[in-house]
Amino acid sequence: MVNPNGALTEGVYYILLSLLTPMHGYGIMQHVEMLSGGRVKLAAGTLYGAMNTMLERDWIQALPGAADKRKKEYMITDMGKEVLSQELNRLEELVANGKTLLGGRAT
Amino acid sequence: MRITHHKIFWVWDYDKEEAWLNEMSSKGLALISVGFCTYVFEEAEPNEYSIRLELLNQVPSHQESQKYLRFLEETGVEHVGSYLRWAYFRQKKTNEAFHLFSDNRSRIAHLNRILTLLGMFAVLELYFAVNNLFLYFGADATVFNLSGGMLTGVLGVFIAFGFLRIHQKKRALQKELQLFE
Repeated sequence: MVNPNGALTEGVYYILLSLLTPMHGYGIMQHVEMLSGGRVKLAAGTLYGAMNTMLERDWIQALPGAADKRKKEYMITDMGKEVLSQELNRLEELVANGKTLLGGRAT
Repeated sequence: MRITHHKIFWVWDYDKEEAWLNEMSSKGLALISVGFCTYVFEEAEPNEYSIRLELLNQVPSHQESQKYLRFLEETGVEHVGSYLRWAYFRQKKTNEAFHLFSDNRSRIAHLNRILTLLGMFAVLELYFAVNNLFLYFGADATVFNLSGGMLTGVLGVFIAFGFLRIHQKKRALQKELQLFE
């Protein structure tokens, strides 16, 4: 199965990577920023929209969560992991081609 | 101490409204509630908060909006108040500006919501205008038809102008999307 719509957005890619460990919304924002060395800063509205779509597609799931926990936690599903590994293959192809064709010329 | 200001902004000037509210915040007046052309501020440290506006999909009391507002709250975004579907948010300023959207896709989705609203009103007003003017030049119509027709006509054109303003913004973002995510 190949992701039919091609590339994931940077945000979606990093959200999925973050959710390999259960996290709540704010945790995802901080984790993505840390992972990308401060480059990718997800805004809350954008994050919410992306997560809603991923929930609909069963790429991620909301964890039932204990009653004392106020913040909802999320985690990646098996389907989400599949999407993520396909994206990784795609990215590797891009990087490999870039290195082959541009690699020698870059100054 | 609470200070109330009355000011009119057109829907398509919501970014100017946002800029004004942030300017008030930089003077040490933080927004605490909103109403029709009414803004209530409370004294705060200058620049303590930054303010953002969003046209929600549903009215704030709707379940879907409630879920969204709760999510935002968990990320440290405070819902100050709403007027109809327009929600006003604030967040304590860190060293970076607070935004609701961080990519062009979600910015465009928001603009689309505004376009739908404006488009609906523009069509409605123009429909009334044409209807009334036709009536006036037709059979037994009154001056009310003429004045009403002209009034709604002017309003319709005005709103259509706002629609185009937002549409231009959207086009610029779409162009960006052709090259960048």
